[in-house]
Order: sequence, then C-alpha cells, then structure tokens
Amino acid sequence: MKTDIRNHPEASEEFNRNESYVNWHDETLWFVRQKRDKVIHQIPEWEDLREKASGIKHFVLSHMDELLQEFEAKAIANGIQVHWALDGNEHNQIVENILNRHSIRQMVKSKSMLTEECHLNPYLASKGIDVIDSDLGERIVQLRQEPPSHIVMPAIHLKKKDIGDLFHIHLGTKEGADDPRYLTEAARNHLRETFLTRRAALTGVNFAIAATGGFMVCTNEGNADMGAHLADVHIACMGMEKLIPAFDDLSVFLRLLGRSATGQPITSYSSYFEKPRKGQEMHIIIVDNGRSTQLGRADFRNSLKCIRCGACMNTCPVYRRSGGHSYHNAVAGPIGSILAPNIDMRKNADLPFASTLCGSCTNVCPVKIDIHDQLYKWRQVLGSEGYVPKSKAIGMKVMSTVLSQPRFYQWAGSIGRVVMKTFPVAINNSLNPWYKQREMPEPPKESFREWYIRNRQK
Amino acid sequence: MTSREIILNKIKANKPAATQHPGPLTNAIRYENALETFKIMLANIEGKTFEVSSWEEIASILNVEYPDLPNKATDIPQLASWADFSLKHEDPHLLEQINVAVIQGKVAVAENAAIWVTEEGMTHRVLPFITQYLAIVVPANNLVNNMHDAFEQIATGNYGWGAFISGPSKTADIEQSLVIGAHGARALCVFLLAE
Amino acid sequence: MKVGLFIPCYIDQFYPQVGVATLELLEKYGCSVQFPLNQTCCGQPMANSGFEHLTRSCNELFIDNFEGIDYIVCPSGSCTLHIKDHLHSDKNESAAQLIRTRVFELVEFLTDILKVNNIDAHFPYRVGMHQSCHGQRGLNLSQMTELNAPYFSKPHELLKLVKGLELIDLDRQDECCGFGGTFCITEEAVSVKMGKDRVADHEKQEVEYITGGDMSCLMHMAGIINRKGSEVKVIHIAEILNHSHH
Repeated sequence: MKTDIRNHPEASEEFNRNESYVNWHDETLWFVRQKRDKVIHQIPEWEDLREKASGIKHFVLSHMDELLQEFEAKAIANGIQVHWALDGNEHNQIVENILNRHSIRQMVKSKSMLTEECHLNPYLASKGIDVIDSDLGERIVQLRQEPPSHIVMPAIHLKKKDIGDLFHIHLGTKEGADDPRYLTEAARNHLRETFLTRRAALTGVNFAIAATGGFMVCTNEGNADMGAHLADVHIACMGMEKLIPAFDDLSVFLRLLGRSATGQPITSYSSYFEKPRKGQEMHIIIVDNGRSTQLGRADFRNSLKCIRCGACMNTCPVYRRSGGHSYHNAVAGPIGSILAPNIDMRKNADLPFASTLCGSCTNVCPVKIDIHDQLYKWRQVLGSEGYVPKSKAIGMKVMSTVLSQPRFYQWAGSIGRVVMKTFPVAINNSLNPWYKQREMPEPPKESFREWYIRNRQK
Repeated sequence: MTSREIILNKIKANKPAATQHPGPLTNAIRYENALETFKIMLANIEGKTFEVSSWEEIASILNVEYPDLPNKATDIPQLASWADFSLKHEDPHLLEQINVAVIQGKVAVAENAAIWVTEEGMTHRVLPFITQYLAIVVPANNLVNNMHDAFEQIATGNYGWGAFISGPSKTADIEQSLVIGAHGARALCVFLLAE
Repeated sequence: MKVGLFIPCYIDQFYPQVGVATLELLEKYGCSVQFPLNQTCCGQPMANSGFEHLTRSCNELFIDNFEGIDYIVCPSGSCTLHIKDHLHSDKNESAAQLIRTRVFELVEFLTDILKVNNIDAHFPYRVGMHQSCHGQRGLNLSQMTELNAPYFSKPHELLKLVKGLELIDLDRQDECCGFGGTFCITEEAVSVKMGKDRVADHEKQEVEYITGGDMSCLMHMAGIINRKGSEVKVIHIAEILNHSHH
C-alpha cells in the first residue's frame, strides 16, 4: 500500500492524483463534521461542557501520579491485576506473558489505538499468537493488512466496493455484493464465532476512574462486551492520560465523546468494568510510551487531554484531502501531528507543517486543546533543532536578510517584478511549484511604496 | 527500579502546577417534556418505546414484536412465565442460542435515550449483547433529563459491571451507511413501567 | 485620527491597488494616514516555517517604523494577527507590547474604532465573502461555525452597507482556502485542492466577485481561477468599500 512513502507532502500528492476520490473522501468526513454540528447545537451549554472537560483534564495532568496510584490501589482491591509498561515493547511483552500463562494462542481484540501505537498485532503474530480485531472497521483494515486511517472510523478511506471485494475473498460473500447490510451481517456471523471461541479478550480504555479503580469502554457495535464477557481473561490497555478523577466526571465526558466523534448523543454501549466476572481474570496495563515526556513539555503537555474523539480530523481541511495514511502515524490528523514529534522528531518533522494553521481543530476539540497553537510551536522547535529541510532553512535565512533591510527588499521587489514582466518564462515553468496548477499574479508597474511617494508624500 | 517507579517518578518531575477540579456542571439541559424527548431520541436510533403499566402487558407486547421466536430469557422474576430458556448455566457461551432477552434498567436519560443497567440481578453480563433482540424495563418515574442527573443517582453504587445502553447495536464503518445490528442486539424495545 | 498604514509585503509588491484603496478609505473617514517608508514585512512567512528565531531583525525594523503611532491599520488579517501575537523585541519590549495593542486589521478598525455605520460605495454584484482563518479565529472578526455561539460578522456588517451588493451564502462558510503561507508550496497538492474547492463553492452559488480581508487567500484563489479560465473575479474588501459610483 502506501507504507514506504515517508512524508506527508509526497503521500498527499499521490492521494490527490484521483480527484473524484478525494472529493468523495472530503465529503464523507465533512458530513461527519456536519452531524457533529447538528447535535452540539441541541445542547445550549455545549461550550460550558467543553470548558468543564478541559478543567477536569488539567486537574488530571497536574495530579497524575496521585491519581494513577489511587486508581491502581482501588483496582487491585477489586481483584484486577495492574501492570505498568514504560514503552510499547514492554506493553506487548506483558500481553504475551499473560497469554502464555494461560496457554492461549488466540485472542479477540476490540478497538484500541494504543495497541496500534505499540504495534501489538505484529508482535504477537511473531510469537505465534493470532489476534482478530472485532471492530468492523478494524477487521476490514486488518484483512487488508494496512493500518486504520482514522482513530474512530478505521475504514473511512474505503468504498463499499473495496469492502465487498475483500469480504468475498476472506469471508466468502457473493462476488460483487456491496450492500452494507449484507456485508455487516457477514461480519457479524464471522466474528460471532470468534467471540464464542476465544478465551482472551483485549479492550482499550476510554476513561479510567481514579476514585473507583474502574474503567469505561465505549462502542457502537457491542464488540468489546461480546469479547470481554465471554473470555476467561480480559486485558484492558490504557494510555496513562486516560484517567479521570471521579465516577460522576463521566457525565461530562460521555456527553462530549459521541457528539464530537460521530454526531451521536452517546455510543450504543458505554460499558463500565469494576470487578472481574466470577472466575475471570482481569488485567489493566498502564502505558507510558512517551507520555511522561510530553507531560514535561510546557508547550505541548495539553495534548495529553485528548480523549481520542477524532473531531479534529473530521474538520481538518488538510486531513480530508490527504487521508490518514499520509500521516504515517497511528494517530493521524491535527492531534497526531502534535503527539508524534514527541516520540520521534526526525521521522515526524513533516507533520506540524501539514497544516495551514486555520484553527478549526482547536474549536471542535471537546477538551479545548490548543492544537493549532501547538502546531506553530512544534514548528519553532523543529526549525531551531535543525529538523527542517536544509533548502528551506537556507531560504529562510535569505528571506530574513532581505526583509530586515528596507533598501534590499525594495530593490529585490522591483527586480522581481521586472523579471516577471519581461521574462515570464523564468518564473512560469515547471521549477516553480506555485505555477504547477496556478497562474502567477500579474506584476504591477509600481509598488505601493512607489505610488505613495508619487502621490502622497509631502 | 521497576517500570512503575520510573513512570511515577517521571510524572512527579514533569507534571504542571496543581490546578483545582472545576466542580460540577450546573446548567445542564432540562427538557419541557423529558418523556417525549426520550421517545424521539430512541426512535432516532431505531429503538422503540412502550409505556406500560403491568408485566403482563410487557409479555404480550414482546410476543407481538417477536412472534414465533423460541429461546426467550430473562432474570426478571415477574417475567419468568414468559421465558422459555434458562439462564442458570455456569457457562455464558451457552447463551448463544438466545433470541430475545429482557433485562432490568435503573435510570433512563432523555438527552440520549441511554439506560443504565448493572449486573445486579443479572446472571450473565453477556446477556444484553449475545441476544439477538433486547428489551429493557425501566421504572417510568425514573426518567431524568440529562447525564448529570443520572449520575447523581447512580454514583453512589458499588458496581462489578454496569453499562449505559442506548439503542440497538450499530455500525457505520462501511461507507458511513448506518447498519443496525452489528455484534450486539439487532433491535431494542424499552418498556417504561408505571408502578 | 492619526493612522499608520502597515502594508503587507505582497500587497506592496503585487497588489498596490489594495493599499491605495485602504489609504483612500481611511482618508474618507477623516483619518490622517502616513505610510512609514522603511517597512518591509511582518515576518510571518519565516515564523510559520519554524524560523521565528530569525525574525528578530524584522521585528526591530517593524518597531522602528511604527513606534509612537496611535493606530496601526493593516489590510490583512493574518499579518495583523502575527504582529499581535508574536511581536517581541530584545531591545525594546515595552515598545513591542504597546504596538501589539495598537495594531488593527482594516475591517475591525472600521467597525470597532471608527464605528462606521454608513458607506458611500456602490458595488452592484453578487459577492461571496471568503472569511480568512486568521482574521476569523485569531482576531474574532466573525463567529466560528464550530462553536455553539451566536452568529456575528464584522465584514458582513460592512458589506451589507454597500449599495447594490448582494451577499451570497456559501455551502461551507468558513473553510480554509489552503494558502497557508509556505504551505502553498510545500504541500502544493493539498493547497491547490483546497483552493479549487473554495472557488467551486463560490461558483456554485453563482458569485461574481469573491472578496475577503486577506489578499494572500485571494491571490491563491485567483491563481486557480485564472488557470481554470473561470469568469469569477477576486477583489479585496477595501476595494469594494472604497468603490465609488462610476
């Protein structure tokens, strides 16, 4: 697929070669944004809700160690085993060890972006453990052997024909059949078998409650529950920032999550786990994987308020026209672009620049992360640490010299306009990226400054 | 040092200055007619509301909604005669055959048609999900406007497991086409029981 | 009222008529307008590219040019916002801070400071307003469609005072045009696609003129329009507001 394209501009260029596809992708995601707008206007106190959620998350960030310890103590008292993983690899090993202790070689997984981040599936596969993703969108991309393109709608980049063809090969559906109901029914039957036979289930955690040691898992399909309530072993993975202080804080977040993500007042199922089922073993893995580092970055720590709703992706005009895969990161779009550089600045130096800084993301974020401000600040970090391409850096130095010396600027400007007028081909050619799909502006005969001197200067 | 210690130490060193919890939201929405709002919200997500005043009524409506379907199960004692499938198994996998299940709900929420259910009185947690068709019975006088009101009631509980269930199972993962009945129940009936 | 005119570098070089319209408009409302001759650029292109640390001398030059002026007016939302948010000085921070409180984008200067309630302009055309992002979300020139908050729009207020002008609603009221500074070059494919979609929205509503407060956005859309050979034209809002009867 697209896994060997390294940076966003290259990937986006390829994505844009099929304009009707881009139109479809853009319209589909814009539709989700519109659904969101419709439901939030039904809640007059919506902006107050966002402010509350933001305040609660600030409290969490500033008390994170205490809250994590409180959470752990309560969970253990409730009979849950709690593990801590410094990085993705340790997380994967913990999962493997739990499964090995039970001699389990097959697991069913509901949606967890954290496990994408940790690359859990390939790790377990290399150890001979088979994982089936039960969320329909995740199952689709799993069968296609590609990563999800959106954190909430993993297969949003695919058309029903693509899924029909895929299911024909893997699930034996009729060739050419692409009716979503037919395909979903096929997936229901195929995955029902999985739920009934697998002894281990892995889920994510949408919210972990410090005061009770319990956690909430939100789905529309019911797949997390089908897996967890039938399995002998339930493993729940959480990014450490998924904490909220008290049980009734859920009232705020459950009102924001569905509306922001898909324009639903709430997901079909918001499932709250506090104790294992009788005879069942329950585990929680608390994962750091760079989060404690981000917590120390004063300009960027607020990205840890994120509740993974995806609203920023739906509204982002760049994401809609480049697709999640162009961001080469488990979490794509605006939020991905402020999280990823913390993990690897070199690899992700392109991401904060994959934006016009329009600010739409900041305004849809249910927890009021200052996303576009952080994008700008990451650019400064990347620029001063030398992660911006050399040619750009040189260009900027030249620009700085010209613009700080008025006479030089005026001279360069007039020379530029003369060249454009008398030798347009010098500018209007394939070396000029602007010119590829746009006409250059017409060079005027005088600059404003020249006009002012002629007409107004006393 | 264990990973736990490393992580906690790093958090202690890196966390920002302490802020205060902002406190509860006080201006949450109140509807002119919470019942009507609940019914509309549930209808929007393809659920059905029935206002009833007896358990017999519930049983007969279920027989109309799901005629000729065997394997009906419930933990609710008042509906024992309606059921024909026993839940008294150790192994929840055996519930795979169930077509219709009725469970008890505690609170219904108007703003999103969500109903809070818990494992109290429920033999198996998987019942609401493994059944093909689901019904929930809620006391009619326990319908609240919004989630904050709901949590005021339920926050004092001590739960093993609970859930807000809003409508039947669904997905829009295939080209944003809404399909009802993904892995969980294909349909939901809510009975608001006046006592 | 004494006003210092801050003319963005690309307006100075490519669209002097926008600077002229701005100056004439301010003079019509009784302002005494001066144009500091040694100004160049606000530094935004460098800052947005991650090189804020190279904008120091640009900043000092800006302060030299505009220090001591009560009102600094600029026909560009993004340039105004950049100065408001990012003007700093190692040598003279108090001067920088003062300037940041005194710099205004043209539309907000007209509505908030001059409190204009009548405009002697005639522009009998179907006009689509492109609400540029920095002006909207940064300077609060109009309400953002993302929020659950009441509608307002300073540029709409002014355009509605222009005789004969028919202000047209768009499918997407405040989507970004894709210019984004150096983004228009480094992410050329997406930038152009965004611009094409904006233009298509206006064309769909049969707009005759696309206007806005930022010539950078309009220049980007004009480039697309001209390549396409489309009929729709672009014009800066200053030129509309200054458009007298012919």
